[in-house]
Amino acid sequence: MVQFDHIQKTYQSPNGEIRALEDVTFSVAEGDFVSIVGPSGCGKSTLLSIAVGLEDASGGTVLLKGRPAAENLQRIGYMPQRDELFPWRTIWANVTLGLELRGQKDDVHTARVAELLDRYGLAGFREKLPGQLSGGMRQRCALIRTLATDPELLLLDEPFSALDYQTRLQVSDDIHAMIRREGKTAILVTHDISESVSMSDQVVVLSARPGQVRAIHNLEDLRGLTPMERRRHPRFSQYFNSIWKELDHSG
Amino acid sequence: MAEPLSSARQAYLRRLGREKRRVTLAQILLLLGFFALWELAARAGWIDSFLLSSPSRIWETLAGLWSSGDLWLHLGTSCWETVAGFMLGTAVGAVIAVLLWLCPGLYRVVEPYLVVLSALPKTALGPVFIVWIGAGPASIIAMTLAISLIVTILEVHNGFLATDPGKLRLMRTMGASRSQILWKLVLPANFGTFINALKVNVGLSWVGVIMGEFLVSRAGLGYLIVYGSQVFQMDLVMASVLLLAVVAAVMYQGIRLLERSVHHHREGST
Repeated sequence: MVQFDHIQKTYQSPNGEIRALEDVTFSVAEGDFVSIVGPSGCGKSTLLSIAVGLEDASGGTVLLKGRPAAENLQRIGYMPQRDELFPWRTIWANVTLGLELRGQKDDVHTARVAELLDRYGLAGFREKLPGQLSGGMRQRCALIRTLATDPELLLLDEPFSALDYQTRLQVSDDIHAMIRREGKTAILVTHDISESVSMSDQVVVLSARPGQVRAIHNLEDLRGLTPMERRRHPRFSQYFNSIWKELDHSG
Repeated sequence: MAEPLSSARQAYLRRLGREKRRVTLAQILLLLGFFALWELAARAGWIDSFLLSSPSRIWETLAGLWSSGDLWLHLGTSCWETVAGFMLGTAVGAVIAVLLWLCPGLYRVVEPYLVVLSALPKTALGPVFIVWIGAGPASIIAMTLAISLIVTILEVHNGFLATDPGKLRLMRTMGASRSQILWKLVLPANFGTFINALKVNVGLSWVGVIMGEFLVSRAGLGYLIVYGSQVFQMDLVMASVLLLAVVAAVMYQGIRLLERSVHHHREGST
């Protein structure tokens, strides 16, 4: 469904060229959850920026269902590193922001958002301000904001990196369940190996800068399990170790 | 409030209240003491009350101004000039800051000029305005505008540039246009910046108004101060300065109250 085809990215600066990504190729099947792991600064966030059209690739293309992804912004939902809820907007005004920007804040579309809030235990918080919610609830709101425009593809840019460990485990369980339940295709970028193994069907390992695909793991035997169950699965540490070695070797 | 407070908590709250009352009391005593000492020194002949005036003479002067109706004329003139000045300065400055934010290229071109203008002591422009605009309230407002405008532009524009990059990125991934980013993110995120500009501008406007009234005017507190000093009526000068201190403080507090009530409304009871 999504194809990253020989992506290359070079940054120009007055001090010289920085090669961020080198010939990155992989694809994501419909309904799959794919993680991209790599050391800090390996260009994994750049990869998402390219997919969502914030930056142009220096070479190669990202195709979403055969068409350039940047032409399909309407069909992509992006979840940032922190929840980025606007503190002056109520939860309702926050989660409907995407619809508002598109001029789609009508009954049909908002009914869907109301349903999502209801399904994930946030219906009673519509009129609250983000400052009155816990970190985990705010992350769920951030995901609902992303889901509100009914995107076909979700891009998650280290969405849990700002949370403390306890909350993080809980929230990744929640978010994973929500994405599965809504049947979305998702790409998660992270530097946390255990997070990638616990959440995804496939892990793409990137090397240090310039980022190149070092390995792709299919976590067939973990499919269908929740992140918590996976963390207890005997294969978990095997995957963890092999990815860790690949990262170590490249770093 | 359903639960009864523990005795330690009650003691703590009592102590807190007592300390607060003590500070307030000391503040009032300081003020009263200052005026009492001044009055005493004037009556005992320690100081020359012709030069330094005295609280009782200031009081008489104020009463005189009040009964003749001049008080409201002068106070009102200065106040409206100040209000017009800081409203205009903040509004025009904000609009220009928006334009500069919308055209980053333009900002890069004009930035050094803005810096030079902000370093220039704007009171030097006073005589220029009088020649251009004429001796009247318009010149005075131009003066206050000159003082507050550049600071406002720089301050507000800086606030815009400091808008959370993560939120900007989010807006762009949602396909927001530049004007949507402005209205839905940059402006609301900079509410505090505007209030701050307003606060700073109240003070700056008073400087501009008094300066302007020194140069040209038939009314206003600045006029009273200059007039009083020219005819050696120090009572009038001191009374005007005192009035000025009071109204400037009241205006500043007004802005703070506005800030607090709006902030409370926006961010909930945090």
